[in-house]
Amino acid sequence: MSLDRRQFLISTAALAAGLAPFGRLLAASQTLTVGALYVGPHDDYGYNQAHAQAIAKLKGLPGLKVIEQENVPETVAVEKAMEAMIVEDGAALIFVTSFGYFAHAVKLAPKYPKVRFAHCGGLWQAGKDPVNVGSYFGYIDECQYLNGIAAGHATKSKKIGFVAAKPIPQVLRNINAFTMGARSIKPDITTQVIFTGDWSMPVKEAESTNALADQGVDVVTCHVDSPKVLVETAAKRVMYVCGYHADQSVLAPKFYLTGAEWNWETVYKQYVSAAQSGAPFANMTRGGLKDGFVRMSAYTAVTPPAARTAIDATKAEMIAGKFDIFKGPLKDNTGKTVIAAGTTHAQTDIALESMNYLVEGVIGTVGG
Amino acid sequence: MSEALVTLAIGMIAGAVRVGTPYLFVSLGECITEKSGRVNLGLEGILVSGAMCGYAVSYLTQSAWIGVGCAAGVGLMLGLLHGLACSLPRVNDIAFGIALMLLGTGLAFFLGKPYIQPQAPQLPSLALGAWSGDPRWQSALAVNALFPIGIALALLLHWGLRSTALGLALRLVGDHEGTARALAYPVLKVRIAATAIGGAFAGVGGAYLSLCYPGSWSEGLSSGQGIMAVALVIFARWRPLGCLAAALLFGAAGALGPALQSIGVTWGYHLFNAVPYALTLGIMIASSRPRQTLAGTPGELSLTR
Amino acid sequence: MRAVLRAALGGLPTLLAVLSALAMFSAFLELHGVPATEALQLMVKGAFGSAFAFANTLQRAAPLMLTALCVVLPARAGLIIIGGEGALALGGLAAGSIAMAAPSLSPTIALPLMALAGALTGGMWIAASGALRQWRGVNETIGSLLLSYVAIALFNHLVEGALRDPASLNKPSTPPLPAGWMIGTLPGLDTHWGFAVGALFCIAAWVFMRWSVPGFALNVVGGNAQAARLVGLPVNALIVGACFAGGAAAGLAGMFEVAAVQGSANASLLSGYGTAGILVAFAARQNPLAVIVCAILVGGIGASGSLLQRRLDLPDAATLVLQGLIFANLLAWEAFNGRIGRWQLQLSAPAEPARV
Repeated sequence: MSLDRRQFLISTAALAAGLAPFGRLLAASQTLTVGALYVGPHDDYGYNQAHAQAIAKLKGLPGLKVIEQENVPETVAVEKAMEAMIVEDGAALIFVTSFGYFAHAVKLAPKYPKVRFAHCGGLWQAGKDPVNVGSYFGYIDECQYLNGIAAGHATKSKKIGFVAAKPIPQVLRNINAFTMGARSIKPDITTQVIFTGDWSMPVKEAESTNALADQGVDVVTCHVDSPKVLVETAAKRVMYVCGYHADQSVLAPKFYLTGAEWNWETVYKQYVSAAQSGAPFANMTRGGLKDGFVRMSAYTAVTPPAARTAIDATKAEMIAGKFDIFKGPLKDNTGKTVIAAGTTHAQTDIALESMNYLVEGVIGTVGG
Repeated sequence: MSEALVTLAIGMIAGAVRVGTPYLFVSLGECITEKSGRVNLGLEGILVSGAMCGYAVSYLTQSAWIGVGCAAGVGLMLGLLHGLACSLPRVNDIAFGIALMLLGTGLAFFLGKPYIQPQAPQLPSLALGAWSGDPRWQSALAVNALFPIGIALALLLHWGLRSTALGLALRLVGDHEGTARALAYPVLKVRIAATAIGGAFAGVGGAYLSLCYPGSWSEGLSSGQGIMAVALVIFARWRPLGCLAAALLFGAAGALGPALQSIGVTWGYHLFNAVPYALTLGIMIASSRPRQTLAGTPGELSLTR
Repeated sequence: MRAVLRAALGGLPTLLAVLSALAMFSAFLELHGVPATEALQLMVKGAFGSAFAFANTLQRAAPLMLTALCVVLPARAGLIIIGGEGALALGGLAAGSIAMAAPSLSPTIALPLMALAGALTGGMWIAASGALRQWRGVNETIGSLLLSYVAIALFNHLVEGALRDPASLNKPSTPPLPAGWMIGTLPGLDTHWGFAVGALFCIAAWVFMRWSVPGFALNVVGGNAQAARLVGLPVNALIVGACFAGGAAAGLAGMFEVAAVQGSANASLLSGYGTAGILVAFAARQNPLAVIVCAILVGGIGASGSLLQRRLDLPDAATLVLQGLIFANLLAWEAFNGRIGRWQLQLSAPAEPARV
């Protein structure tokens, strides 16, 4: 009996239907779905954009599917967003890019032990936090130190400025590094700090930049989510500016000295290849210039040549592991000794992640 | 010490103009709208839409003034929408204003995504401080081009409301609808027109934010300026010159926080940043009387009934 | 038959409004090259399409019911209060400071104490707006908004300063609640108890206003304060009382955010719940029972936003646009109510008298 056309079609269809789940399984085992959550808009020319750009670089990689969600507030919404990515899209590796997401990731992680949660900026603690949560961060204060060197060479009034969002350890570390970098060139430089109160407040950031300019500050940098307003306002007030988060040189080419940038793609590629090969999940990932987690913006026409030499030299020392920023004796700006003579804190030292002082030379207070 | 005070004073004068200009435009617009007896709380949405539109058009046409014009146009249309919708029976203008705020803000954020990164040409400034050798004065008096236009508009409105037939019609429609109808004034048309024009003003105020100061488009640009303008109008007793004074006062108060930090007063910057709001509330409390409507309140305004 | 038609007509404006809003939203999406039908399907799926989605929606709706009451209760008294965000913040802070002051209490004492603290603080803040209106003639809409901004500034100042937990490094918060104090989820649903409490309060508010004497008095005040005074009702007390109750609801929402979600008072409390509550209240036309439905609807829109972003690459602002469109349409179609009233009247016209 020969197989007539109808029977052939039916049996082929049945065979295909029977094989389909296997096909999906095969495909699933080859495609890793990676999710990314941002606390603000992903094109803010700053913090979120740095993450989004790195995630975008993952999109071209084989065997990888990327899903993103922006503007996720640090409330139960992010737990639901993460869960949605797992349940509805089958995400196996999720990048939660805002500090305030940590508690929520820790809460959700035990429910999905096979999913890896990579959190930016948090402090993972063995024994306390779930093993499928990991935290990563970059020592961008190394770059702020180098920014400080550039500022030290460029400033004529010996007054430099820093517009910051909130006085939290990561921000204070940057302010201190910037100041110390500048004072390593001219020891009597002072840094004026103004806190805007929140991560994204364009009007306050512009006002702060103007207030700094009124004080005679001639080089400025910042730690806010989107430095665009600061860079443009500084240019209008004829102040030099050092960038942060991403490269803003195109916004103020005549005033941009250099900048501290994230290089998240290094970190993300590490996590992705570990997930794809089944390697164990790294719980504490930290790195600086040496590990390629952060980088400096390219020099521009206005970067003083002396600054370039100094920055290159110090950067080489940092990469060789021979340079420590936070070492004793170090006094804060109230006169108290915060690092005793003879003590050195390597960049990886956890003690630095609870910094609560401003070093000598910074005009401003921590509390308030 | 006195040097610090001088810097503070200069900072606040500069802030009064820089931060106050959008408040000036939005409150003048709302003044017109409320004089006709309608409240437009959707100004926040119109402001943000104007900011986005102005920035986008300025970028696309490489001319900031065309951007301002388009922002005014968008404001006009949204104001028209508010006016028309509130002319329908039983539509509460306060509630619809809140709807418009959501809609305007949502549309602006949605359509404005591609314009967060590019740089658009900015509005020019008048270097009124060129006489001074002190860079602080130079910067403080580098008044943006829209500020004198705003002052001119305030004066024009002040004169127009008192001395022209159009102004009288507007005031009558807002004060006593019955009399206006008796005199055959087209009440609805006047109200709709007033709301539309108010929206146009708010659009220009928004364009100032993105084309002048801070001079960039982003989703965090507005910090409640649109809603505050409604408070300012009440504070100014519905007088255009009062709106000018209120806008300047508010702008100076807004500059207080950063200016204080720059001279070394670093405690409680959150509280100093709230000074404009506390100040407005304080003055409203001090100058209001219960059971007696504020002098100058348009009779038909639902906000004060 | 007539009775059914009459009742159905009452819901017609709402139905037409929602349909009209969806039509406008679809047109908007199509203009931007986004397939509208797919988007709408995703929205339904993201809001109600699975157990997970539904839980997500309910979770989002929980605080909205309480913050909507902050608008509804004063609105029944004739006031328009939009300062719920500040009341929520201070209520949450008060609740969090109980943990700071007395961490050794047992949960059975601590939780009601936190609820009381949150409700009292929130209640007093909004009552202040009401009082300012009654005794100084300050417009309550603007007044409550200004007070809200001041409240948020105070909140930030205290959370980052005097009430800050030194161990809360990169995210300033009050000291965390002891683990035993955290409020869990409702059995079966993946949503915390705030949802049940919110729904209960809405029902209680409706019952109060429909069936109790003070509730009726409140409605009279809301209808015509002059007439109420003439009749001898204590207008000031009723108005300030309604404001207090509304603020207490918002403060309670803050307490739930602290005790069921965050574990301490920090800046994440300020996530726009107050503003969303205004939308829910007006969409529900100030009816507490409808608030439950509208809160779920608005929560659903928010929940589906996640799916829209991931599947269609739509920006987060799309849900804002839809909310604005729905709200605007709901209000505009209210105008239809007059005609509906006439039709309803015609439907209830008595039948022809029998011939004798």
